[in-house]
Amino acid sequence: MSDQKITRRKMLKLSGMTIAGVAIGASGFGGVAKALGYDFMQVDDNTSTKNKINFYGRYQSGISTPVQKHVYFASLDTSLSTKEELQKLFQMWTPLAVRLTNGEPIGDSSSNAYVPTVDTGESMNLDASNLTLTFGVGPSLFDKASFGLTSKKPSELKDLPHFPKDQLDAALCGGDICIQACADDPQVAFHAVRNLIRAASGKVTLKWAQTGFNSMPKDGGTPRNLFAFKDGTVNPSKSEELKQTVWIGNGESKGWLTNGTYLIFRRIQMHLETWDRTSLKGQEETFGRHRDSGAPIGMKNEFDQVDITSTDANGKLLIPENSHISLAKKAKRSILRRAFSYSSGIVESTGNYDAGLMFISFQKDPQAFIDIQNSLGRVDRLNEYITHRGSAIFACLPGVEKGSYLGENLFSTL
Amino acid sequence: MKFKSLSAIIIASSVLMAACSSDEETAKSSDTTAEQTETTSITPDLQPQLDSYQSFASEQMDAFLTETEKFVTAFKAGNIEEAKSIYPLARMYYERSEPIAESFGDLDPIIDGRLADIQEEGKGKEEWTGYHKLEYALWVENKTEGYEEVADQLLADSKKLYALVQTVEVIPDTMLTGAVDLLNEVSTSKITGEEEIYSHTDLYDFKANIEGAEKIYEILKDKIKEKDATLATTLEEKFAAVNDLLAKYETTDGNYASYEELTDENTKELATAVNELGEPLSQLGIILE
Repeated sequence: MSDQKITRRKMLKLSGMTIAGVAIGASGFGGVAKALGYDFMQVDDNTSTKNKINFYGRYQSGISTPVQKHVYFASLDTSLSTKEELQKLFQMWTPLAVRLTNGEPIGDSSSNAYVPTVDTGESMNLDASNLTLTFGVGPSLFDKASFGLTSKKPSELKDLPHFPKDQLDAALCGGDICIQACADDPQVAFHAVRNLIRAASGKVTLKWAQTGFNSMPKDGGTPRNLFAFKDGTVNPSKSEELKQTVWIGNGESKGWLTNGTYLIFRRIQMHLETWDRTSLKGQEETFGRHRDSGAPIGMKNEFDQVDITSTDANGKLLIPENSHISLAKKAKRSILRRAFSYSSGIVESTGNYDAGLMFISFQKDPQAFIDIQNSLGRVDRLNEYITHRGSAIFACLPGVEKGSYLGENLFSTL
Repeated sequence: MKFKSLSAIIIASSVLMAACSSDEETAKSSDTTAEQTETTSITPDLQPQLDSYQSFASEQMDAFLTETEKFVTAFKAGNIEEAKSIYPLARMYYERSEPIAESFGDLDPIIDGRLADIQEEGKGKEEWTGYHKLEYALWVENKTEGYEEVADQLLADSKKLYALVQTVEVIPDTMLTGAVDLLNEVSTSKITGEEEIYSHTDLYDFKANIEGAEKIYEILKDKIKEKDATLATTLEEKFAAVNDLLAKYETTDGNYASYEELTDENTKELATAVNELGEPLSQLGIILE
């Protein structure tokens, strides 16, 4: 067991010894955080627990990790004003994140029934459910002068440019900090975010949140989106490909971001009503793939090479020039897609489904996504069926090695 | 406001007797409170604090009765504008001491019930009584005729409540749960403008609920400091944050802007401040450790 609860006495001792960065409930951490006294150096991954994905590592989990069935994605704003407070927040979160990914409550409750419990409790008797917690920081965080982080802001960390046909709702965009909680159980994912935010009461507030789901074919393979097409076929997976596409190498960005990456979030509403009255041929020409097999048009298998120049007997392009994959391929850029579907009730004004794709991609250079999106531009046939409503970009912190904490290099003076 | 007039005491005792004979239900609910006292009163060292809260609630109820009398007088005289100006202020005394006022389960909906609450219970509009019905008369119908009986009834019920409050024995849980409940009241109905749907005077209730919670904190402050000085500091910061935000909407001394003037951004800001106060406030129970 890695249950490393520190007793009150020991905690006092630790803090008295002023060990650098001991995450105790510092001034202003009211409520739950007060009851949490973990030393981030002591809580460890419990590798023997069921359905466990390690928190610690060179890279954060939840990026190249095989995609889980559920996501609860939270974008937060922070009301903190100094770098030290921000650092303490990430120090406090680190051991909690480890415990959560172990399938443990964030803290053991006291015997005093006159106060609320430390952990909210709804993940009791559920296992770790392959929970991953991925933390990122948004451009707005660096713009708050009081943090003194302006010089740490990478030039590529900025709000995405406007793309043709964007209909963004400010309430679904941006954020100072993101927490992506993925798990095979929706309640485990929700519980994790809920407890991390509660422990940070007075420090962060929810700006927006989005749930999403993926359904996996029994025999494995690529999940389908709500248009019934496979999503994520062309994804880098080998460690060399990931290094080329996803992980920021030494010297490729600001030093604190080495082994990090950029997360791009787009909430893309799919107009299911119009899609459902489009012929199968029309649907396939929109994507440039066969629906059932996922193969490029004219090919047999999902992973067959996409040749956007192949033609039929009459010399007509098999994969239409304005199809989604043809345009995407022309950009010649690679990103790691890790999307989920979402269904959030209905659009009040029309009564249509508010459902679609919670597009999440990871790439070492946001320009890769921008190039692809610009290539799709106005001509993408898919545009007729989708509307981008939400958008955000976050720099995902590097992985945390045991003994360190989330974002340590961002706060170190080097 | 502090003095308890002789006449008030006489009224109280006569009303109490009337309450006992005419309203068994109400009498029963005060019995229940007394029973609870026996089982959960485990901290005799809190007695001064409990007494202090008791007298606070008592003062508030005293003032509530006085102001309600004024309100009813103005209302029955057909002085609509005067009644409108007394309405939100009189209600603040009730809202401040809601943990106590609400402990009389039957009287609360009679005095403070909203039409939506009444209808939820499957009752019709004709069974609706109390402050919010008169709010409807003043702000929607813009008249007082036909509502005189409701006004009389409100005064009678307020007297009944006043008398009952004198008999309440405050237990630690009344205060601890009460403080959080006051904030929850704010979060669920005041911040949404659902408490005062005709007059839009929700910010008065909001302020009063916060004052009620702050009073509980003030009374328990020393006990909290003994256990956790940081918690006390945090609470003071968070109360100040909410009060500072509310002060932005104070129009003239003690009066507040209409809820309708608030933007979504304003309400979100207020709701966040209340949540950030509620989280540390929920730790008051440490004084029973």
